[in-house]
Amino acid sequence: MIWLTWRQFRAQLLVVVVALGVVALIFGVTGPGLAHLYLTSGLLTCHRNCAALKTSFLNAVKSDTVYPALTIIGAALLYVAPVLIGAFVGAPLAAREFETGTFRLAWNQSVTRGRWLAAKIALIGFVAAATGAILSLIVTWWSRPVDRVGGMPLANGQLGKFSPLIFGARDVVPIAYAALGFTVGVLIGLLVRRTLPAMALTLACVALVLFAWPNVVRPHLISPVTTTTPITVNLTTAVVNHNGEITMPVTNLPGAWIVSNRTLTPGGAVFSLPASGPCAGGSTEQCNAWFATQHLRRQVTYQPASRYWSFQWSEAAIFLVLSFVFAGLSLWWIKRLRIA
Amino acid sequence: MEAVVDARGLGKRYGDKWGLTDVSLAVPPGHVTGLVGPNGAGKSTLLHLITGLFPPTTGSITVAGGRPAGGATQLAKVGFVPQDTPVYAGFSVADHLRLGAHLNPRWDGALARERVEKLGLGLSQKAGRLSGGQRAQLALTLAIAKRPELLVLDEPVASLDPLARRDFLRDLIEARRTHAMSVVLSSHLVGDLERVCDYLILLAASRVQLAGPVDALLAAHRLIYTSGERSVMPKEWTAIAETDHGLLVRVDEPFGDPSPPGVAAVELEDLVLAYMSRGMSPNPEEENR
Repeated sequence: MIWLTWRQFRAQLLVVVVALGVVALIFGVTGPGLAHLYLTSGLLTCHRNCAALKTSFLNAVKSDTVYPALTIIGAALLYVAPVLIGAFVGAPLAAREFETGTFRLAWNQSVTRGRWLAAKIALIGFVAAATGAILSLIVTWWSRPVDRVGGMPLANGQLGKFSPLIFGARDVVPIAYAALGFTVGVLIGLLVRRTLPAMALTLACVALVLFAWPNVVRPHLISPVTTTTPITVNLTTAVVNHNGEITMPVTNLPGAWIVSNRTLTPGGAVFSLPASGPCAGGSTEQCNAWFATQHLRRQVTYQPASRYWSFQWSEAAIFLVLSFVFAGLSLWWIKRLRIA
Repeated sequence: MEAVVDARGLGKRYGDKWGLTDVSLAVPPGHVTGLVGPNGAGKSTLLHLITGLFPPTTGSITVAGGRPAGGATQLAKVGFVPQDTPVYAGFSVADHLRLGAHLNPRWDGALARERVEKLGLGLSQKAGRLSGGQRAQLALTLAIAKRPELLVLDEPVASLDPLARRDFLRDLIEARRTHAMSVVLSSHLVGDLERVCDYLILLAASRVQLAGPVDALLAAHRLIYTSGERSVMPKEWTAIAETDHGLLVRVDEPFGDPSPPGVAAVELEDLVLAYMSRGMSPNPEEENR
């Protein structure tokens, strides 16, 4: 089975290896420059003016022609990889055999169909997970200078590695994502038994999981911490959302994942910009002065930076267990499959 | 000797339709068994039950002493050439032989290479570029080189032209002669079966209508071809069906030559057609009277 798996998978493996090579080349060539920028920024030895050095370092990164794009591409790669692995490697694995009828040839050799599938899932699943690992290693290594200072700056904060957008593109979690994408694809391929629909369905399912998980499940893996503190809103740094709700960016929790940030009135209601009064007609100073009299409070729900690795390991463990569950379901299903 | 295919009360249901009903068979080993019947009679269903691609809905089946596809050992005992003879289009002929060698403990590599050479297949030829006949031959090579106790072929020649068909069947018989094994093959062409089979199973309307060694079946039937003689038909004879050449009757007592006037020996084709039409008619009992 090792030979057959290798023979059928080698073309795809070549594509994977070439793709990894290209990624390694791009990030390998640009990585040292970024690292050098960090080493010469003075951030390693600073004592007092660290904040200013950090800002100038991030500004230098931001104004570079390739670093901002590669930051985004690096993250995107790690979300796209599990989806592609699922759709192009996982889904056709069994579906193509059904479509071409070759399963009848394969299943009538002296190897049970259970072993046939188990060998393929084990060998190719390992390659899928390794692909996730190598990609993550490259991107995590490349992003270290920026991650160390809290991530790329955004309008209202930074894109830290604990933030939902970046978390799944760092360290160990991508390995489990890749394994999950692959096993979901294999199972869907077995259930649908036609290559293109199986690929499309896998694409949709894996993408949905990767999108829904950080928004729906991850915040509740460990109960977040909620703090409520008095806050003075300042119009120059405040952020106003489309509902008119106004919040002050959280700057005192470096590396934390801010799940929610709301400004509350003394009565506990969510505070919005009033439609009349100094903030509707007056100057910025008048508005700020009015804010100061409102006794506003800020309620921040967050996951502390110290929990980063707990989240990494637990999420990786959950997705790996799910991968084994899907692999097990595939093996269970193939033995019960009534097909000729 | 133990039957190579032993089925009891075998039935297979697809949804609410029965593909095969109440099949009981004991095919002795060493025969080339022809499985014949009209399209949709359940031939493929029976072959797939023999190879264990799916289990029966009712009854039981034992093949070469084991449960079909009941493990690697059982799989090694049965070679299967499926309908449309699937091969991996991207694999070369040599790749297919390697596949066979890696996945079959009893693989006969010398036999496989010798056959491929004799057939004139290039080792580096991609299987996707082979003609239908060549593909069938490659699939047969894989199944034979596995050295099975039972070789099962599902309509192996259906898609081949007459010349390729003749070559394939001739080749099959030769292979079977050199390597002791039982063969079961299905076809809806009686002519093909007549050439190669010494045992016959006739399926129609998802039931077995007739089964036995071809010689014995021929000996047990006669054609009555003049209408006048029918009135004098002995009571022990059973009318089966009207054929183009006369009435086919089953003769239960062994029947010595010379035949009475108007009574003649039967050809396999007439026998098969008669039982097929009887099986397909809505009420077979009616015709027996």
